[in-house]
Amino acid sequence: MYRYDAIDRELVADRAAEFRGQVARRLAGELTEDQFKPLRLMNGLYLQLHAYMLRVAIPYGSLDSRQLRRLAHIARTWDQGYGHFTTRQNIQFNWIKLADTPDILDELARVDLHAIQTSGNCIRNVTADPYAGATAEEIDDPRVWSEVIRQWSTLHPEFSYLPRKFKFAVTAAAKDRTAARVHDIGLVLRRARDGSLGFEVIVGGGQGRTPYVGPTIREHLPVDSLLSYLQAILRVYNRHGRRDNIYKARIKILVAALGKDEFARQVEEEWSKIEASQADLPDTELARIRAAFTPLDFQTLPARSDAFEAARTASPALARFARNNVKPHKKAGYAIVEVSLKAPGATPGDASADQMDLVADLAERYSLDDVRVTHEQNLVLPHVKLDDLPTVHAALESAGLATPNINLISDIIACPGLDYCALANARAIPIAQAIARRFEDADRAELIGELKIKISGCINACGHHHVGNIGILGVDKKGEEFYQLSLGGSGQEDASLAQILGPGMSADKVPDAIEALVGAYLAVRQGEERFLDTVRRLGMAPFKEAVYADAH
Amino acid sequence: MPTLIKLAEGRFSAAEDVFADVADEDVLPDGPVILSLTRFQADGDALVSAGRPVGVRIQADEAVEDLAYDLPRLAVVALVFPKYRDGRAYSSAALLRQRLGYAGEVRAIGDVLREQAGFMVRCGIDAFAPADGSTPEGWAAAAGRYRHVYQRAVDARPPAFEERG
Repeated sequence: MYRYDAIDRELVADRAAEFRGQVARRLAGELTEDQFKPLRLMNGLYLQLHAYMLRVAIPYGSLDSRQLRRLAHIARTWDQGYGHFTTRQNIQFNWIKLADTPDILDELARVDLHAIQTSGNCIRNVTADPYAGATAEEIDDPRVWSEVIRQWSTLHPEFSYLPRKFKFAVTAAAKDRTAARVHDIGLVLRRARDGSLGFEVIVGGGQGRTPYVGPTIREHLPVDSLLSYLQAILRVYNRHGRRDNIYKARIKILVAALGKDEFARQVEEEWSKIEASQADLPDTELARIRAAFTPLDFQTLPARSDAFEAARTASPALARFARNNVKPHKKAGYAIVEVSLKAPGATPGDASADQMDLVADLAERYSLDDVRVTHEQNLVLPHVKLDDLPTVHAALESAGLATPNINLISDIIACPGLDYCALANARAIPIAQAIARRFEDADRAELIGELKIKISGCINACGHHHVGNIGILGVDKKGEEFYQLSLGGSGQEDASLAQILGPGMSADKVPDAIEALVGAYLAVRQGEERFLDTVRRLGMAPFKEAVYADAH
Repeated sequence: MPTLIKLAEGRFSAAEDVFADVADEDVLPDGPVILSLTRFQADGDALVSAGRPVGVRIQADEAVEDLAYDLPRLAVVALVFPKYRDGRAYSSAALLRQRLGYAGEVRAIGDVLREQAGFMVRCGIDAFAPADGSTPEGWAAAAGRYRHVYQRAVDARPPAFEERG
């Protein structure tokens, strides 16, 4: 993985020092909250319902054990002993005291972590495939390009006061684990027929109040032109994106208003005027960054592990874990292991300090010191030997981290909702917990198969409900929390927006409604058809009938 | 007379602002003036021909490209930051320097705060009318806060990849 050198470190240290000064001025009363707010927001510090929340950047969701242990230490020392991994592969600490934040940033800086650009109307942390460098599906390592974008976008002088926040996703696999089509810019690495590497450039996807699946404005951008092209897109957006209404300020609104073709024309025109040698990285720098992600020290192993096969036969729990949480690795004898943060009854994405330490230990011993955060709020040990799977599974199980539910009905994305967030209209976490408990039976969950439920506690859609196979949106109806169900969304390569099923319902009715949807699906599914495919084939009618039959 | 902070040869210093910032409805004073784009397009030619130093005020939603033909005759281009959050003028400044080749003074006016100093300098702005009472020393400290930069910009600072060279 990319290792900071002295230059990267000094930049982060300068930022921490700057923020220490700003906090001191605030605490001394030299700055009002109004004056301080934009400064703290440049450092990921939000004021929530009960306390400050600090969002720490995890660049493209990639951590080493030393960094994860430091996050655990912060959770233990300055928070209530846990952290919350987000849908943008970052971590949030929910119970932070303002006066502690300079010390926390110093602690983070010691392990090359920071909170730069985790909030504010700037380019945020880049989302990348959490299986990068491990999956055989990828045609290139998306972390290389994510790191290129990280450096380019950090304290970018022209693009730090955009109309609104700006999010990138980068993937190089056919199976999209980044939700690239619902990002401001999604970059999908492809090879052209002549073998050249390029990006499909998707612009103007997004969720929130006005969800869009982003259109492709360029099928094949040569990779070495990435930064000049991004400069063109960002410049068009910075100059012409709306600034009169924050709900219409994302790039998706500009792309939709101009139309994809006109937006693309403006970008191409701007791009043609940018001097490539001033904007694009020299090949030597690309090579330097690429070298940081050279394949790790994998051993040559047989594709089959007798130890693992024997253990799997002996342990149904391991067998189930292997079926759901273990994914194929590009190297024979290795596997990608998903660590679920969705145990029944748990808060999706939360990990205790002890759990973080345990995962860090496992990463160090069994996964080439590499941990990933997924946008679906789980962790990944990307390089585990098949031989070690029984040991890793047992260790995870002992810490409540072996829930075998990846991509199943209880692997739910939920925003923090009204339990934490000042913007929320309704709670999201208890809904997720209630559904996960209802579908706790692992046999049944496997029988149901892939089914992605995503829950947002308000229209801002941080819980990605627009792209849930089943999306759940919490709304406030005359002081009461109501939940609106929608069906048929996907944030993957087959991206689509979910459609509203019918009238909202109170919280206690939601698990029954999910039960009814699942029942209707199981009754009509054909073969191995996923829930999403059944919805796409049959439309809403049978599901509407199942949920609202009693109401007739 | 209001005071500006000016950047020349790497140094920030206080400077008297000799330009009168003239609103469209104001009677034109004597001496150097800064006009709106509209007023400049109406009256600028006569003033410049008479040898008067003239600057143009560019609002955030106005395109600096509209000035391209006149730039060699302008003493100042004043870019308006209506709110510190409004970042359009950064693009305007970068375009003035990089694309339009403007070598005169590019001035930041409006909601101009110390925290923006580094970004402004990197985009080619070399005169500042701070709204927060900043001194040249404070401005210099803010602009020089970071020992390194990652990307090429209008200024001459070598990006990290060149430092690593």
